[in-house]
Amino acid sequence: MTGVDGIEPVIALEGVSRTFAGAVKVFALRDVSMRVAPGDYVSITGPSGSGKSTLLNVLGLLDRPTIGIYRLAGVDTGPLGDTARARLRAAELGFVFQGFHLMAKRTVFENVLLGMAYAPVPKAERQERVAAVLEQVSMTHRAAFFPATLSGGERQRVAVARALAKGPAVLLADEPTGNLDAQTSGEVLDLFGELNAAGQTVLVVTHDPLIAGRAARRMAMTDGRLEER
Amino acid sequence: MTAGPKRARPSRRERFTGGDLLGEAVRGLAGRPGRLVLTALAVMLGIGSLVVTIGFAQTGSRQVEATFDSVAATQGMISERADPLTGDKPLPLPWDAAERVARLNGVVAAGTLSEIEVDTKRISAAPVFDPEAPPVAAPAVMAVTPDTLATVEGVMAEGVFFSGFHEATAQRVAVLGRDAAATLGVVRVSDQPSVFIGDVSYTVIGIIGSVKAGHGLLGAVVVPQSTARRLLGLAAPDELRLRLEVGAGPMVAAQAGPALNPNSPNDYDIALPGPASDFRKSLTRDVNSLFVVLGLVALAIGALSIAVVTSLSVMERRGEIGLRRALGATQRSVAAQFVAETSIVGLLGGLIGAAAGVLGVVGISAAREWTPVVDLRLVAAAALVGVVTGAVAGLAPAVRAARVEPATALQEGT
Ligand SMILES: Nc1ncnc2c1ncn2[C@@H]1O[C@H](COP(=O)(O)OP(=O)(O)O)[C@@H](O)[C@H]1O
Ligand SMILES: [Mg+2]
Repeated sequence: MTGVDGIEPVIALEGVSRTFAGAVKVFALRDVSMRVAPGDYVSITGPSGSGKSTLLNVLGLLDRPTIGIYRLAGVDTGPLGDTARARLRAAELGFVFQGFHLMAKRTVFENVLLGMAYAPVPKAERQERVAAVLEQVSMTHRAAFFPATLSGGERQRVAVARALAKGPAVLLADEPTGNLDAQTSGEVLDLFGELNAAGQTVLVVTHDPLIAGRAARRMAMTDGRLEER
Repeated sequence: MTAGPKRARPSRRERFTGGDLLGEAVRGLAGRPGRLVLTALAVMLGIGSLVVTIGFAQTGSRQVEATFDSVAATQGMISERADPLTGDKPLPLPWDAAERVARLNGVVAAGTLSEIEVDTKRISAAPVFDPEAPPVAAPAVMAVTPDTLATVEGVMAEGVFFSGFHEATAQRVAVLGRDAAATLGVVRVSDQPSVFIGDVSYTVIGIIGSVKAGHGLLGAVVVPQSTARRLLGLAAPDELRLRLEVGAGPMVAAQAGPALNPNSPNDYDIALPGPASDFRKSLTRDVNSLFVVLGLVALAIGALSIAVVTSLSVMERRGEIGLRRALGATQRSVAAQFVAETSIVGLLGGLIGAAAGVLGVVGISAAREWTPVVDLRLVAAAALVGVVTGAVAGLAPAVRAARVEPATALQEGT
């Protein structure tokens, strides 16, 4: 399938809904459709509880739509089993979380290396790739450090390097600056901008309109509905 | 359009392999050394006590075997009793003593053995090289019945032993003990050498190589009992040798007297082995029943502690589990990682336990002045039991780990 402009989209959602069963049924996503082309920098904003994380979980293959079609890198993910989804996730998706989720007992270098543990990256290349992405996020000088000795902004840059190392089709970030102060938030966002300028597809979810302002494409989420601004 | 996954299964050099899994498991364990030691110790106690138990039983039974003298347990002797006052021997053994007791239950073989007094200077082999030179150590002369060889568990080095024919017809034949043959210079019997006792020559038909009882036979010129009676003046058999089934001693002792002489059954010196020792059985049974149970209980506690501690780890490592899933780990590989971790704990516990157990066996053996016997397969088995214990203990926590919802776990902070 190709997009309207003839380029195959990295992400294509069509009529996706996600409901959570319970005492009261929650409509977290309502009929969401979106396309993300290679090289796009997309931000998704919305108030707390509007469904941003749910959307990102669906996009990250950590959750399945209740109805609708999700194509990732040209693959219809609907019929895929858990193992195939895990493999696709390993190959195409890089995650950055609000909590950095670095392993405390491993050095910066080893944490970034772990990002390729399950990915189809030749093992012979991995060390080189770690060095390259650490260079990209300006953390080479901290390669042998443990996360506890780093500032919040540095930790998030290591987490970004971990997500980038395998060369994912898209970088998915959920509130990447949620644990950072204004100054360091700026650094991380600058990094996202640089990465996007170098061709990396980036999709950032945030409740902060200032952050969203950095992205070329801005989308807003309200009560499970997504619209482009 | 494709419905299946776009990518083929990646090659070994790209894939997350079993080796990678082990590496991650080792790092996971190394991150919590206190827990590792605690849980491995619990397994160690169980495996250690099992190894001590089994090793001790092995050592014990080997020890019993070493001290268990099968000759003493099966060899017996009956002889005429000397009058304590006069030294007379009023009731000689009958000539057919061997046949009489051979019929009894529990008797494997019976034969007589008598020493005959002759002028040893007159014993020589033919041809005589130098009649003036006496043999270095003159052989004795003994008389036996055909089953005597089987009774003393003798083995021929050359030729044959006497048959019933030789005994029945009092043949002038002789069998040489190994040492007597050497003294007399007889090496082979194929050329029918002769020995002289006095002026009478006897054809040598065999050489006895070894015996387990009646060692005097090895240094003797041996002739059939009937021959000795006819030609060498044997008045009565000296002693009756018996080979018994293990444990048959008391039963045969009660029946031998009447069988030899129904009128005067109590006039013989009967020296037969006592009842079979049940030491071996009791040792193994006592050791096994008590300590095997203790060892298994300790092992179960070890497994339980692994399961509990690992479940705790799973709760604490929800973030790591979520991260791994986000990085592309399958539920199965997350579960496998935890099973690998507990298996390694089990292996460590098993190896240390086996080592401690072996030390224990060596210590106990030293205290009892026994020779420790530890089968190396026991150590291998201990390691294997440790791995299996760890793997089984890890199953429940592994399932919990696999069920961790990555989306939720990843939103839980650090
Ligand atoms: N696992 C879940 N079970 C039930 N309800 C959920 C679950 N996850 C999210 N929700 C609900 O879905 C809605 C959207 O949540 P979420 O996507 O986390 O919002 P946001 O990230 O924009 O704050 C909320 O009402 C939330 O309570
Ligand atoms: Mg959220």
